[in-house]
Amino acid sequence: MLPIVNHEGIVIPLDRSNVDTDAIIPKQFLKSIKKSGFGPNLFDEWRYLDQGEPGKESVSRKPNPEFVLNKPQYVKGTVLLTRENFGCGSSREHAPWALLDYGIRIILAPSFADIFYGNCFKNGILPIVISKDLTNILFDKAQSAEGLKLLIDLEKQIIIDGPYNYNFDIDAFKKYCLLEGLDDIGLTLKHSEDIKSFENNYHGQFPWLTK
Amino acid sequence: MPLTLYEKIFNRHVVREDNDTYLIYIDRHLIHEVTSPQAFEGLRIANRPIWRTNSILAVPDHNVPTTDRKKGILDPISKIQVDTLDSNCDEYKLTQFKMNDQRQGIVHVIGPEQGSTLPGMTIVCGDSHTSTHGAFGALAMGIGTSEVEHVLATQCLIVRKFKTMQINVNGSTGEYITAKDIALDIIGKIGTAGGTGYAIEFSGSAIRDLSMEGRMTLCNMAIEAGSRAGLVGVDLKTINYLKDRPFSPKGELWKQAVDNWKELISDKDAIFDKVIDIDASLIEPQVTWGTSPEMVCGIKEKIPNPSEQKKESNKKGYDQALKYMGLKAGMSITDITIDKVFIGSCTNSRIEDLRAAAHIVNEKKIAKNIILALVVPGSGLVKIQAESEGLDKIFIKAGFEWRDPGCSMCLAMNADRLEPGERCASTSNRNFEGRQGQGGRTHLVSPQMAAAAAIHGKFIDVRDLE
Repeated sequence: MLPIVNHEGIVIPLDRSNVDTDAIIPKQFLKSIKKSGFGPNLFDEWRYLDQGEPGKESVSRKPNPEFVLNKPQYVKGTVLLTRENFGCGSSREHAPWALLDYGIRIILAPSFADIFYGNCFKNGILPIVISKDLTNILFDKAQSAEGLKLLIDLEKQIIIDGPYNYNFDIDAFKKYCLLEGLDDIGLTLKHSEDIKSFENNYHGQFPWLTK
Repeated sequence: MPLTLYEKIFNRHVVREDNDTYLIYIDRHLIHEVTSPQAFEGLRIANRPIWRTNSILAVPDHNVPTTDRKKGILDPISKIQVDTLDSNCDEYKLTQFKMNDQRQGIVHVIGPEQGSTLPGMTIVCGDSHTSTHGAFGALAMGIGTSEVEHVLATQCLIVRKFKTMQINVNGSTGEYITAKDIALDIIGKIGTAGGTGYAIEFSGSAIRDLSMEGRMTLCNMAIEAGSRAGLVGVDLKTINYLKDRPFSPKGELWKQAVDNWKELISDKDAIFDKVIDIDASLIEPQVTWGTSPEMVCGIKEKIPNPSEQKKESNKKGYDQALKYMGLKAGMSITDITIDKVFIGSCTNSRIEDLRAAAHIVNEKKIAKNIILALVVPGSGLVKIQAESEGLDKIFIKAGFEWRDPGCSMCLAMNADRLEPGERCASTSNRNFEGRQGQGGRTHLVSPQMAAAAAIHGKFIDVRDLE
């Protein structure tokens, strides 16, 4: 997994609440058996005017000029700013895979859906919960003619906007894994003996659960 | 200290704890073709074995065609995905019900049907509707593919504790009010993020009155309220449902299990972080009008006006939703004309759902404006049962198509879908933009309300249908 320590990037303002994972990556692209290659179809139904199908080259597609990712000032953006309950709905990890493949490393929102939030950390994306007030401030700046570039310092847990600093909270274990780019399966397997002894004891107590 | 049902199950499964981060043991791992291939690939790359192969039950459901299965899967990309599940299951010697096995079906229908879902279990699946299995007093939740790989390799999941919410649905529901209406009514009240971070336990007399099928429908929709896990305490209905199922314990083990399962209810004085009380008698047949399950109202109501919403985000969200749905504020729900009807999905495709819909449809015909009305049973065994009761004939006679089991038009990964602009009365769980096909417009309803809409051509209060 790609670690994150410091990340500087242009902010893409996606001004919608309750963005679901079906919108992030529509179902027809879930048929892939790989983790990569989803970027061209990120937000497919909003991003293009024609209907997207797997295998259709993105150069042959008609982009929707109204959609934020297609506006020239945001084309190089890597920090997604959005509203409440981002990532709700389906548990598909194809959603963070698509965001990462596109180049998004940081997502700022007042709240996230649980499964999506957890999936981000497994894929080197840092979702940050920010206050509604800060969300509004950042939207105003990102939507202005000058746009907005932010520096996110994960070690110190701060978002830096020029002279302004904003602190954020993050689970200590998730932070550690993200800073180090760690695969948590390896970490869990260090406790194999604990799992084995738990399992023996547990199946002794609940013998009908061994099958 | 008195404990909630969630806490009781959670505590049984803690392998270790470190700073409020827990490693919990997983009893049952359900697998389907869409969210597992990358997990198996990850195992192979790291050369890791599967920790406990007999914890796994696999089935293809999302991509499978619902017609002409003998011809195989025509879509080559879907076929690769289903073939990949087959080869992964063969390689690791996992129990799988393949596409043409009569036990095949939607993963959240076949788990309980097989007795593979048992009270007190921790159950995971790379699918958000895993919350369904909580109907049996189990802790069941949807996980992402990285977590699928983690559970395959370690039999454990790294979690933090959820907060607990109790939703009491008191009193009795009126005639034709189903678990689906209860679920949508709750989501309308607490919103799609209302349950985020919580495990929701449904209790109260109206929940006790629900069949196991109804409880599954309700827990299935917990995720649409933002909650990863819905639960219902164990009672005699739970135990009777599970008796003699293929995977259920037998003989002496069954007795031991039943004794243990009786403890799987919240203690009388258990403290929940949040308690919500709902009067069951006030719940009306529900219809969603927007692009989120919380955009819902009773059949006799009108579509709300975005400009009258207090929350700024609702003004904008409602506006966007009405535009997408091609509807106007103030319009009566009963004035909405529909094009397609879908009865199926992990929410509403069990035998009770099909019986209820067939009861409405019996001796009637679908309206002329209905282009397609589908009934997609949740499993091969549900289909066989329904056919033995003659339900298939009732549906076919009325103009419905009677299909083979799978997820079908709930998410339209196979050929069953809406075309742009088409409007569907659907018994599924999500009315998101494009969910049932790009540009498609979904209205979520109960099986009875979908059946009534098919006959009438527009939404109608099922209680008013002649």
